[in-house]
Amino acid sequence: MPIKGRAWKFGDSISTDQIAPGRYFHLRSNLPELAKHTLEDARKDFAHNVKPGDIVVGGENFGLGSSREHAPTIIKMTGTGAVVAKSIARIFYRNAINVGLPVVICDTSGIDDGDELELELSTGTLKNLTKKTEVRFSPLPPVMARILDDGGLVAHIQKHGRILTD
Amino acid sequence: MGKTIAEKIFSEHSDTDARAGDIVIARVDFCFVQDGTGPLTVRQFEKMASRVFDPSKVAAFLDHSSPPHTKELANDHKFLREFAARTGCIVEDNGTGICHQLVVEKYACPGQLIVGADSHTCMAGGLGALATGMGSTDVAAIMAFGVLWFRVPETFKVDIRGRFSKGVYAKDLVLRLIGDLGADGATYKALEFHDSPRLHAADRFTICNMAIECGAKAGLFASDAVTARYLKSVGRGSAWREVKPDRDATYERTLQYDLASLEPVVACPHTVDNVKPLKDVAGTPIHQAFIGTCTNGRIEDLKIAASILKGRRAAKNVKLIFNPASAAVYKAAMKAGYLAVFVEAGGIINPPGCGVCAGVHQGILADGEVCIATQNRNFKGRMGNPNAEVYLASPAAVAASAITGKITDPREFL
Repeated sequence: MPIKGRAWKFGDSISTDQIAPGRYFHLRSNLPELAKHTLEDARKDFAHNVKPGDIVVGGENFGLGSSREHAPTIIKMTGTGAVVAKSIARIFYRNAINVGLPVVICDTSGIDDGDELELELSTGTLKNLTKKTEVRFSPLPPVMARILDDGGLVAHIQKHGRILTD
Repeated sequence: MGKTIAEKIFSEHSDTDARAGDIVIARVDFCFVQDGTGPLTVRQFEKMASRVFDPSKVAAFLDHSSPPHTKELANDHKFLREFAARTGCIVEDNGTGICHQLVVEKYACPGQLIVGADSHTCMAGGLGALATGMGSTDVAAIMAFGVLWFRVPETFKVDIRGRFSKGVYAKDLVLRLIGDLGADGATYKALEFHDSPRLHAADRFTICNMAIECGAKAGLFASDAVTARYLKSVGRGSAWREVKPDRDATYERTLQYDLASLEPVVACPHTVDNVKPLKDVAGTPIHQAFIGTCTNGRIEDLKIAASILKGRRAAKNVKLIFNPASAAVYKAAMKAGYLAVFVEAGGIINPPGCGVCAGVHQGILADGEVCIATQNRNFKGRMGNPNAEVYLASPAAVAASAITGKITDPREFL
């Protein structure tokens, strides 16, 4: 099933402080309320206007900073279908997979805000329907692909009783 | 072929011949959460298990809002205390200190594999432990099973030679390194620091604390006589063991730093890798000066600040704020008379905790305000307001800047 939606373009170095600001620390046990502030310090309109399936498009080092898993969790809760970026910070990358949010590392320089995108994880292709272009990306390492397929780490462990690496 | 420290620790914890790039399942010696990541971790844990794998190896630190400033956070603390009481795991309550400082004072041992739901967990690498930050669900899985999957990192060797000149500190070195590598220059890698002559344990903590700021999975020093002395000083001498890389270990890259050639630097807004010589921004007016945090809130840091602030006062309209990194540091600073120096200088002493640095409470900036701080991050919005600016520097530079009300070279006061 491809993920299809509008591109929300962000710049380089979008930190977890911009995704889930520290001033909303007290909302971390109230995720629906926290999700209303998703990416607020990078784009104020994002959380209000994002539609299911839309794709967050980042530049270099998306999600750098804190280990707060709330960051990918609330992006997912807004209905965002995936995050694609030129590079993604280590902890954010792993957290996103663990909460079942698809993340893809590929060249995003040709994507403009508002472009219609179609992402196919199984074939490793990201189509820009507006510009009629396509970029390819490498698949996830098998251990992460399985966790994402199962819908996240909790679902993976509930299903298999352990983490499958082979 | 020899191994790096990271390869050795992952080999020991996975019963495999672990090499960079391998995916291993490894046993974790100690895992922890803090009040910002803990409640989510517990909720994820409860979906996977009912028993903690070993309560003596699991801890919750209530440090980011300490004491809590909202009822929501008071309830989160209560939730974590109740979880700890139910499972028998460790809880370090409000006022005891910042998780990373308490981990090195009380829990981490050389050669261990440590995972914390906080990105600056890498600080314990200063004791020769492979310590790394992860998210809540990964830590929840460790709490349940005691193991997790890891990718064994490639290692960058950082050769540190010489001695710091006056007014230059470990913070200047690590900021210089991050400026050189870039905020993602070491993503997925381990940084292995080789120091000759040996640095102090406090310096090693400051350096490893910030390994994450260039994307690294871990920062590591060998466990040697410095480590042994530090552990003895905190009453844990028996925790020491030697940890060192093999002579013929393979490094992806080697960087070299001559400490004598370094000068005071600052990280400018809004990224940690935006590092400039302090002199390039000297004179920038500031509204807040903040000394503390896991990066630079140890007694050694407060001693430097006190030596500069003694008999002087912070400039008018500058909020000068301190957060000792732990209760032990707080008590030592009290005994040494540093707290009196700070109060006489017009300073505010906060309880040990993370609130100012993380933009949670106790030091939020106003629109247009500029802060110079000893912490590890200056991202937009970091100190609670996206319309404010944060510069990162050594405790000496922050103390000097507090006195003049503008960014100031600490050597003017030494």
